[in-house]
Amino acid sequence: MTADAPTRTGHPGLRRGVTLGAAALAWWALYSVNLPFWDWLLGDALGVDLDSRAGGAVHFFLYDSVKILLLLTGIIFAVTVLRSFMSVERTRALLGGKREGVGNVLAAGLGVVTPFCSCSAVPAFIGFVAAGVPLGVTMSFLIASPLVNEIAIALLLGLFGIGPTLLYVAAGLTIAIVAGWVIGRLKLERYVEPFVFETTLRGKPLDPAYGLTWDDRIRMGVEEVGAILRKIWPYLLVGIGLGAAIHGWVPAEWFAAHASADNPFGVLVAVGLGIPLYSNAAGILPLVDVLFAKGVPMGTLLAFMMATVALSLPETILLKRVLKPRLIATFVGIVALGIIAVGYLFNAIL
Amino acid sequence: MHIKILGPGCANCANLERVTREAVDGLGLSATVEKVTDYGEIAAYGIMRTPGLVVDDEVVLAGLVPTAARVTELLSARTS
Repeated sequence: MTADAPTRTGHPGLRRGVTLGAAALAWWALYSVNLPFWDWLLGDALGVDLDSRAGGAVHFFLYDSVKILLLLTGIIFAVTVLRSFMSVERTRALLGGKREGVGNVLAAGLGVVTPFCSCSAVPAFIGFVAAGVPLGVTMSFLIASPLVNEIAIALLLGLFGIGPTLLYVAAGLTIAIVAGWVIGRLKLERYVEPFVFETTLRGKPLDPAYGLTWDDRIRMGVEEVGAILRKIWPYLLVGIGLGAAIHGWVPAEWFAAHASADNPFGVLVAVGLGIPLYSNAAGILPLVDVLFAKGVPMGTLLAFMMATVALSLPETILLKRVLKPRLIATFVGIVALGIIAVGYLFNAIL
Repeated sequence: MHIKILGPGCANCANLERVTREAVDGLGLSATVEKVTDYGEIAAYGIMRTPGLVVDDEVVLAGLVPTAARVTELLSARTS
């Protein structure tokens, strides 16, 4: 009744290096030929007029789908392998005993690098608070984690370059630090369901990052790419489809008239639309890409994206298991205010 | 052997229960498989990512759905 041990022959390290190198080369080759390929196939081989509305929209849809899939595959793989050195358990140990202030900054930073799914927000919340991590510090972690996530960073980097990506990361961290700190100052512990504080942790916690081999980490990376793509492809297709339609049919003048930086309500409307909308960065960024090209200012767009990924109806419903409505409303209100401030700030300085 | 599946009822929890039952049947173990859905009880085990797998009150896996082969390996290590 023993499980077969995997047989390892030759030089596993060398073979792994060659496989990874070949995969990286193939990725780069595909990324490079993406645009010329669709130009050739649609324009030259099929004779589509790429300057026509329908032709431009179809070209945009195909080119953007492949580009975004490639970006996601590459970055999710790399991030998952790097993040396999971190775990929520380690993060909690690092945050234990830290005071507010320093704790908020550390929690927001760890929120970015810790592998974490918002589906685990409730057990993580209980685990942090029951272990003595202050409420505000815990909230900094829970705000930063979805706001500054690898999908958003990957796509921002690919679609807009390093400048807007750094701005986004800095703004996201600031919101997480300040919002968590304010929640801590407000002394809202009485609006946490009492059972959270009564939970006693027994048994020794398992550190899932312990004892992983490089093969394990690479396998986790491949599995994560599959799992995320399976989860987000509908959002991605809807996002790129809408983007393609706007690209082809909505004139830039319309956006200039309704959503320029001169419109004082632009950011407010963007955040108001973004909060109830349930999507993720993969569904939102193709839209953001097109809207930016049509002249909608970056601050408004980043605010829209942040509101969509940081605040979602399903997550707040999940948090109702541990937080009373008053605290949830405060949390949503403070984060929304932070996002609005960031939107106006970016519109003013960019 | 007493096996607990920790999870609030997400798709991954159902998957974990399925592979665990597969492994138990494959090994021919006499084990009880119990689902724990209460958040307080889940958190008490110290896990912060669901689903979790507990064997005889000890957490052996958290935050992922393993393959049936991996569960078989974990369970057989505990029977010998």
